[in-house]
Amino acid sequence: MPDVQALVNDFVLKIKRRKIEGSQATAKHTAELLRQVVSQQRITYTNQAASLIDAVKAVGEQLIEANPVELAIGNIVRRVLHMIREENVSSAMSAVEELALGSDDDEAEHDNRMGLSAAAVAAAARSTLRAPSLQTLLEDIPDSATAPHPPSSGGDSEGKNKSAAESSSRNKKLKHDVIEAINELIQEIDTCHELISAQAVEHIHQNEVILTLGHSRTVKEFLFAANEKKRSFRVFVAEGAPRYQGHVLAKELVGKGLQTTVITDSAVFAMISRVNMVIVGAHAIMANGGVIAPVGINMVALAAQRHAVPFVVLADCMDYGQLGDSPPIRVENPAFDYVAPKLVSLFITDMGGHSPSYVYRLIADYYSAEDLVVRRKSAP
Amino acid sequence: MEPRRPPRTVSDPKVRQVGFVTPAAAPPARTVSDTAAMPAAGASQELPLSGSSLSPVMIPPPRHDGLSARVTALLPVPIAATALRLDNLQIRVGSYNQSEVLLGTPPMTSPSSRIEDAVSEFSDDVSASSLYGRTEPDKVGTAFPGRSGDLMPAKSVVAGGSIGSHTPENPPTASLVVKALPGITEKKRGMLEKQHDEAAAPKPLKEKTTKAERRALQEAQRAAKSAAKEGGGADPTNTKKDKVVKPTPQKKDVPEVAASSGKKVDRPLEKERKKEVLPLRMQFDDKHKVEKVKQRAIVNQREAKSRVEFFQRLPQYVHGTQLQELEAKFFQLDAVHPSVYKVGLHHLSGKITGGNARCIAMLLAFKEAIKDYSTPPEKALVRDLNAKISGFVSFLIECRPLSISMGNAIKFLKNRIAKLPLSMSELDAKASIQSDIDRFINQKIIIADKVIVRHAFAKIRDGDVLLTYGLSSVVEMILVYAHEHKKKFRIVIVDSRPKHEGQILLRRLVAKGLNCTYTHINAISYIMHEVTRVFLGAASVLSNGTVYSRVGTACVAMVAKAYRVPVLICCEAYKFHERVQLDSICFNELGDPDAILKVPTHVESYLYGCMDNDNLQLLNLNYDATPSDYVSMIITDYGMVSCNQLLIYCSVF
Repeated sequence: MPDVQALVNDFVLKIKRRKIEGSQATAKHTAELLRQVVSQQRITYTNQAASLIDAVKAVGEQLIEANPVELAIGNIVRRVLHMIREENVSSAMSAVEELALGSDDDEAEHDNRMGLSAAAVAAAARSTLRAPSLQTLLEDIPDSATAPHPPSSGGDSEGKNKSAAESSSRNKKLKHDVIEAINELIQEIDTCHELISAQAVEHIHQNEVILTLGHSRTVKEFLFAANEKKRSFRVFVAEGAPRYQGHVLAKELVGKGLQTTVITDSAVFAMISRVNMVIVGAHAIMANGGVIAPVGINMVALAAQRHAVPFVVLADCMDYGQLGDSPPIRVENPAFDYVAPKLVSLFITDMGGHSPSYVYRLIADYYSAEDLVVRRKSAP
Repeated sequence: MEPRRPPRTVSDPKVRQVGFVTPAAAPPARTVSDTAAMPAAGASQELPLSGSSLSPVMIPPPRHDGLSARVTALLPVPIAATALRLDNLQIRVGSYNQSEVLLGTPPMTSPSSRIEDAVSEFSDDVSASSLYGRTEPDKVGTAFPGRSGDLMPAKSVVAGGSIGSHTPENPPTASLVVKALPGITEKKRGMLEKQHDEAAAPKPLKEKTTKAERRALQEAQRAAKSAAKEGGGADPTNTKKDKVVKPTPQKKDVPEVAASSGKKVDRPLEKERKKEVLPLRMQFDDKHKVEKVKQRAIVNQREAKSRVEFFQRLPQYVHGTQLQELEAKFFQLDAVHPSVYKVGLHHLSGKITGGNARCIAMLLAFKEAIKDYSTPPEKALVRDLNAKISGFVSFLIECRPLSISMGNAIKFLKNRIAKLPLSMSELDAKASIQSDIDRFINQKIIIADKVIVRHAFAKIRDGDVLLTYGLSSVVEMILVYAHEHKKKFRIVIVDSRPKHEGQILLRRLVAKGLNCTYTHINAISYIMHEVTRVFLGAASVLSNGTVYSRVGTACVAMVAKAYRVPVLICCEAYKFHERVQLDSICFNELGDPDAILKVPTHVESYLYGCMDNDNLQLLNLNYDATPSDYVSMIITDYGMVSCNQLLIYCSVF
């Protein structure tokens, strides 16, 4: 598959040269690339899911290495891996009898505990987390029965595939389903902003004063959405020093007729006492509810805490997903801040508002435990 | 209560001029607008000044070094006097706290309530007098025991004078009251007393709790006084007392002296009450006033078009437009001395920045101006020079709002001028003022800085990583001093837009061979991990412990606090101010908004093209207020103090 390799190299180059920037654009490009990888992958009749996973992983590693700071890449790779596993399981499920499945499952969990020590703990924790997840609880009972499976699916995928590999028609279906799922993901990335900004009216009221720092597309659209609903409010934009993207945001806001005031970053503390809400975009969200965001945000968060101003983080769907609770990534010239979960009042995601302590569940919905381990190997 | 207020405000400027002075109470910014705002003041100003010329307190008191010696020398009963002095000090601190911080009632611990009462009256004028006028209270204090030794005949004068001054009439009545005093009827007394109490009412808690007590005391005092009067008669005692207290040449006849002394003792008392409400600043959202000021202005600043709502009341000018016009005016202006004019232009153009530098430049310019000054015929040096200085100050304010350091220095200077004895020849007076200015610069700024450097040096250990923000002259001195004394440490210089003062500091320190790291304020949370100490400069420390400093200081202190790094504020004591402030919005200075526009990474501003949009505003604050709980320690020339102790320092110095 020289074709794919060429594409990957091209993409890596683009990332390195920062031609693709912003988590959304990167995420979309990554997803599109992975879709091509999947579609070009030759189908071996045995163990098709595993080969797909291997191919995606190989590409993913290269992509992540291209820009380890751009977490969206890793997150999308993990999402795709997770989708492959889920599709695989669901197709396997349809074939295998209920009884066999139950016993299989138990064994698989045992395997997990024996095999990968760290991963097993994570997986076990994840499967327990998964069960009471709000989504699964509210859905039908059969769903909740299937829910525990995805986490353990990796461990038994080979075994199951061996048993289920006979039907070639299913193999073709798997690939097709995965591509379908990736398409859905791409669509989700596109519509994510809309879902978030649709909630703007609930959060922004008349005559409020809102502070933001730097430039984030999500924040911009969130504010636009509130503005379109005839809410009149005032926005303070801190310019967001080394890149001064705040100026760009200010220009766009002014263009839409919003009352905008540009302040220097140092004036954040001075102004925060008159601000009703801080709204910022995130670069990535940690499983513990911490946020990686453009540099300077931690200062804003501390100031907001001091004055009891709500600190709201708008989270894209591709943003969450770091397990760690390790503070900032060590980059020479800091581009990002780590904001501790206690400083965050609310996450607004495409699925609604969540408190920082709930983030781990969202992550459990999106990724499989195995992939977290994979990532650690691939991006040390 | 209400109907009585207006007269009091009218008598206010009068009170300020009499005796001990106080341009201190009025900020230089007001002096111009005051006269315009209060037409009545113009008339009443004449009188008090003549009164003040009599005032025996006009001798320039020695500075507080020789204080204790003088006290003992002057006092007939040294022991009692020192006790009194202690009381005096202690109470004064209490009352200061109470009025400034609203901490509530300080407990009345003094055993001799009579003395306390009297003293608290006197102590009031202590705090009224400016920072450096410290010696006066002692003088009053010394005068007091002297009187009390004479069976307190002075008391009657004190009480009578005070009552007289509270009545909403003009000064002559005060002397009338004093003359009438021996024959004063009980009824009138009661009435006056009531007024007195009412006048006292606006004072917070402490006064209230002791009102009954005070009344009893006053009754007792009055009884004692009348007894004394029967024995001695008012006039002789007065003169005697005056002789004891002040060796000023007395040209006027006795009753007038009595009147003036009466005024002297208790005017400050009332003035003190007034003083608690700090004079208002010019509010720039008041269109009427702004117009008035504009008519008088020399500098025609164009007002910036778009203003941020929160800061409507602060002056917001288009910068850089008026500089050339002003330069052209240089040779036409008579009102402003060239040296002052130069300093004003430097302030305007930003050539001189920083609290200390601006203050020193201003004082030196004033010194020049005073050197060239000659009193016009038919005018008193004290008054004319004071007016002149006020003119200079208002010019400087037009150029750039005064820093608090400058405000304090101006207070000091005016105080000095007002206290010049009339008998002094013009030459001597000028020389004395000039040497005062020199001494102020030397003692309060240069030596103070040296002391601060020594103190701060003790706080630097080998291996420290020191963080500093912006460019503070004292912090720079500390770092250089520590480096010269072979301390091994690393410096992190944090900087912010748009001024980038830190780069100047960086350049200087690197040239001296110090190990520096330079970063932007946004990266502060990133860099704070490695920092062990934060040294910050301050424009002022307010009396509630709030540190008023260049914008961003609060952010740095906040992050330092979050990372548990000690924050040390270096500030000379002359920058302390009794004002209180809770946030940075109440009072601030607006910088040039266009300075924000230019972004270093881009040749052209991102905002290019939408500058005319009314929705876009640019806000460039110059200062912010750091809450006191972010500050671990304040290093002043009087030592290292925590913010809580600072309150005491504020009142003592």
